[in-house]
Amino acid sequence: MLRIRCPWCGVRDEAEFRYRGDASVRRPRGDAGLAAFTDYAYVRDNPRGWHLEWWLHVGGCRRLLKVSRHTVSHAIHAVGAPDDHLPPPPDGARE
Amino acid sequence: MLTTRPIGSIAGRGSSGRYSILRLFREGLNGQRGWSHAWRKATPRPRYKVVIVGGGGHGLATAFYLAAEYGIGDVAVLERGPLGLGNVGRNTTLIRSNYFRPENVRFYDHSLRLWEQLERTLNFNAMVSQRGTLNLFHTEAQRDLFTRRANGMRLQSVDAEALDRGAVRSLLPLIDLDNGRYPVLGGFLQPRGGTVRHDAVAWGYARAASAAGADIVEHCEVTGIRQVAGRVTGVETTQGVIGADIVCLAVAGHSSRLAAMAGLRLPIETHVLQAFVTESVKPLLDVVVTYGAGHFYISQSDKGGLVFGGAIDGYNSYGQRGTLTMAEEVAAAGVTMMPGLARLRIVRQWGGVMDMTMDGSPIVSRTPVAGLIINGGWCYGGFKAIPAGGMTTAHLIAHGTPHPLAAHLDLDRFADGRTCDERGLGPFPYAH
Repeated sequence: MLRIRCPWCGVRDEAEFRYRGDASVRRPRGDAGLAAFTDYAYVRDNPRGWHLEWWLHVGGCRRLLKVSRHTVSHAIHAVGAPDDHLPPPPDGARE
Repeated sequence: MLTTRPIGSIAGRGSSGRYSILRLFREGLNGQRGWSHAWRKATPRPRYKVVIVGGGGHGLATAFYLAAEYGIGDVAVLERGPLGLGNVGRNTTLIRSNYFRPENVRFYDHSLRLWEQLERTLNFNAMVSQRGTLNLFHTEAQRDLFTRRANGMRLQSVDAEALDRGAVRSLLPLIDLDNGRYPVLGGFLQPRGGTVRHDAVAWGYARAASAAGADIVEHCEVTGIRQVAGRVTGVETTQGVIGADIVCLAVAGHSSRLAAMAGLRLPIETHVLQAFVTESVKPLLDVVVTYGAGHFYISQSDKGGLVFGGAIDGYNSYGQRGTLTMAEEVAAAGVTMMPGLARLRIVRQWGGVMDMTMDGSPIVSRTPVAGLIINGGWCYGGFKAIPAGGMTTAHLIAHGTPHPLAAHLDLDRFADGRTCDERGLGPFPYAH
């Protein structure tokens, strides 16, 4: 069971949120070509370690949060607004 | 059709001999002293034609079909731990081929046909039980959707039958047809669906592959993939470097990590799926049932425990354990469908990690690295696919071209815009 500290609502239960996937993905420029868009739509790093991801607070403020979470321990290191730069995780970058 | 010779006739090193009722009887009189290990505990040689990474269902099946069907016995299967502790031993043991898309029906029904003759092929009792798979429906729209799927299956000569409420009631007296929220209107039955004892699948394929000449190497973790000029030359392992012409990854759940060793990124996210088993009770459920108003499936093992599961937990995870949120959701769906379940104790709960792909379909494919082949992306449907997955992967390794039944499962389908999205959900692995 995750407990996510929403910057607007405070600590809330996982049940209030919906997962929305990898937040490290960036939409390429319109002229970036097919390979770049295939990468954007389909290909993921899928790290075993710290993962930057989107969570939608559907049962609360309905805002999108950016969360840094560990994919083995499920520990949450930082939560922010979509355009926040979250601090790097304690044990360095992704495993 | 399969033309595999019975395993007892394949001359192998360290064979455990042919199993039969006569031998069982003889060993009984002999104090059970004549049995040997079912498969050889091999130490790896410096070089093989084919190295398969992952001694789960798909890796072992690939090794077996390579030897038995395609005449390639110079194979090693490298397993990080002991055999059978990964996803092949963590699933809910269901087999079926009730899919919607024609290419999926063909692939999974081929698998079902291989399951039907598996025990004769492997000379091993895997307890294949075709007790039927029943999908309940709860709305008229859902009935129409299931009807379309069943008609699609029947067009391909695959069995599917519609049952009305009365037929469901007589088949499943313990189901609450009139539950307040989602009353059951009927169900679709695939009589050939059922269950298989999953541990026996790993052991049976390992024994047969070993007898056919493959080396099964346990406690051998791959730590690197060697390549020269864009071509694999072998793998680095905890037991040293092993050379190979072809390296096949069959490590679903961890495909992204192994592919990263070869510099590749995949259209996969790893998610955890949990399963549960109750205390043993007398026979009360002789079909596999799925609840259509939630994600819930249940069957009764031969030992008497009710084995059930639901959806993936829903966010990226390599933790081989489940979380309580999904456990509660699964339990709620189960008790709604079968109120009597509430009286049973859950004795075990566990999790396995899945390769969830971007279109919900598996990957049996070559990769941009020459000689590197991937069998993965099985989402949470890998167990039923083991025979066909192994067969088509062996074909790809032996011939260098995809097996016709798995040609649509290549990696290029994402860039080419021909994804195989059974449920039409789009590139969101956590939703498949």
